[in-house]
Amino acid sequence: MRHIISVLLENESGALARLVGLFAQRGYNIDSLNVAPTDDPTLSRLTLVTHGNDQVIEQISKQLHKLIEVVKVSDISEAAHIERELMLVKVKASASQREEVKRCADIFRGQIIDVTPVTYTIQLVGTSDKLDAFIQALGATPILEVVRSGASGIARGEKTLTL
Amino acid sequence: MTSQTKSTDLTNPTEMLSGAAMVIRALADEGVEYLYGYPGGAVLHIYDALFQQNKVKHVLVRHEQAATHMADAYARASGKAGVVLVTSGPGATNAVTGIATAYMDSIPMVVLTGQVMSHLIGGDAFQETDMLGISRPICKHNMSVRRPEDIPYLIKKAFHIAQTGRPGPVVLDIPKDMTMPNQAYAYHYPKDISLRSYQPKQQGHAGQIKKAVSALLTAKKPILYAGGGVIMGGASTELTELAQLLNLPVTNTLMGLGAYPAGDKQFIGMLGMHGSYEANQTMHHADVIIAVGARFDDRVTNNTKKFCPDATIIHIDIDPASISKTVNAHIPIVGLVQPVLRDMLAILKQKKKKLDSAALAQWWQQIEQWRTVHGGRYDTTAPLLKPQYVIEQVSKITNGEAYVCSDVGQHQMFAAQYYPFNKPNRWINSGGLGTMGFGLPAAMGVKLNYPDADVVCVTGEGSIQMNIQELSTCKQYGLGVKIINLNNGYLGMVKQWQDMNYESRYASSYMDSLPDFVKLAEAYGHVGIRVTTPEELQPALERAFALKDQLVFLDIHIDPKEHVYPMQVPGGAMNDMFLSKTERT
Repeated sequence: MRHIISVLLENESGALARLVGLFAQRGYNIDSLNVAPTDDPTLSRLTLVTHGNDQVIEQISKQLHKLIEVVKVSDISEAAHIERELMLVKVKASASQREEVKRCADIFRGQIIDVTPVTYTIQLVGTSDKLDAFIQALGATPILEVVRSGASGIARGEKTLTL
Repeated sequence: MTSQTKSTDLTNPTEMLSGAAMVIRALADEGVEYLYGYPGGAVLHIYDALFQQNKVKHVLVRHEQAATHMADAYARASGKAGVVLVTSGPGATNAVTGIATAYMDSIPMVVLTGQVMSHLIGGDAFQETDMLGISRPICKHNMSVRRPEDIPYLIKKAFHIAQTGRPGPVVLDIPKDMTMPNQAYAYHYPKDISLRSYQPKQQGHAGQIKKAVSALLTAKKPILYAGGGVIMGGASTELTELAQLLNLPVTNTLMGLGAYPAGDKQFIGMLGMHGSYEANQTMHHADVIIAVGARFDDRVTNNTKKFCPDATIIHIDIDPASISKTVNAHIPIVGLVQPVLRDMLAILKQKKKKLDSAALAQWWQQIEQWRTVHGGRYDTTAPLLKPQYVIEQVSKITNGEAYVCSDVGQHQMFAAQYYPFNKPNRWINSGGLGTMGFGLPAAMGVKLNYPDADVVCVTGEGSIQMNIQELSTCKQYGLGVKIINLNNGYLGMVKQWQDMNYESRYASSYMDSLPDFVKLAEAYGHVGIRVTTPEELQPALERAFALKDQLVFLDIHIDPKEHVYPMQVPGGAMNDMFLSKTERT
């Protein structure tokens, strides 16, 4: 099963390497990883998408907790949550394809953020599934480049993951 | 006198020290007596600071690996972190095996590694290696010094992390420019430290403890399974009290030997791969297992799918990640074993309840029956010396009171099976990593700190040669270790597996061209004695142990065909065992 794990991490050098190393050493999967400092510059917030059975996810959570620099861990996919990922896609868009690509981007509420006579660069925000669907929907349009941020997540309602 | 008191006042903020002096001073303030290490370019400022004081004493080994094992063994015997100082590059990489050894057995240790100047890091400088990267997966934590004034705090933090929660080694990497002798900084050694991201649990959850007591009281076939956590957690008194209060059978893991007195009738031996017949049978048939400071290691459980099918498992451990990692725990309790056991005892004493005595009597009857099978008997009539007999005789001559430091292999198992450990912290071995070469430096670390105790290194001709150079260190520091070299001319455990699984094709398990160990010991300035027959053993041991302050190397030629039994059948349940070359359960 797919899980979204949020981690509050001390914003120190080596902390991220330790966390990523843990996944490699213990054979856990990382589907995507998103990390940046929070409003408190001493803390980084990390959203990690992984998959595994309940036992594996429980171990991941416990092993993350064991890392000295990890302040808090939460599997936000266990309860109501919001997930967003940013994608930038550069596609070939010459005369005949320009309208089709524009329409498709509109349907997915994407924005064209860069234009050349032969390309469009589209920005799209949504769940990872939605971004996958957009790539499918582009169909025959030649994709030149895809850049995805990996999912960021937050719990719905009043629940927070803070100090 | 007054001025001297002032200069050692820990809270005096005006004391100015160089980074190098701060390293040594912080160790002194932490109460460190011995520092095990080897100098080199990146740590020369620190060595110079070491030279200019006399509180912290340095032990110069012959190879950095030995420094780590000495510090590790001191920690195993004393419960306090051992401290290592090595230089950058090869000095640091030579310490890696020792750090990993301590990590696998949860041993507190602080390893100070030199590093090239900060501005050279990342530039492939001479003797540069990314020690933080290398040690990351094999230590509890690692850090590097970025500002000299942080040194006291970082050293305190290293000890704090190493010695609390589930203990483990901590590496502190110190670039050379952090230790410049001509730059001074205000020195202040913190008394305590608190980290927002690291708050290990102390007490167990009261509700879980109550639940565990209730489950234990309903048991008809209980067993107490105690591991290394009881030793490092200093909870052997509480464990013994609990076992005796409820008349529970007790088994110890390889790491837990001594947690419960081996001489007591409730002790049913070590469990696991080379555990006793009765311990493995009792585990397999138990209805309630109370695991204390043990981690259901694969060398204990055998096939986890067939593990103890009828048991309700109570698991007490300081590390939540150890709980339900390999075997599901029905009643987990996260906390230090000592306070958790105390809480359990308090509830039991208040309730004044015991287990169903008729059921327990029947259970003990069954266990006594298993005990008669034992499975670890050896041929006492054989003309060749049996390793088991040697261990029994060593136990006799040391009254079962020695610190036994073992290497890794068959001799380790024979020592675990045949030396009755009645006290904790006396059995010092590399259980998790299985590091050959551990034994001699370990024995040195213990002997240095406990000079009046009998310290025995049980080894084989394979293991001893992995750190044989330390015989020189022993001479320098007058370490009167007794080396029991169970010499069978083979890498015995490898050979045993080749006998059992590879039709006795001894691929590289025979060591040709062995040195004359007696002459070798003499060359290093020690006493060497060769023993080749059972008759020679007793007088040789008597002579060796009478030479109190001398290192004696006993090269004991044993039956090369002997195997370690019992041995669990691979892929089987706990109680599927080979009992000898011809019998299996």
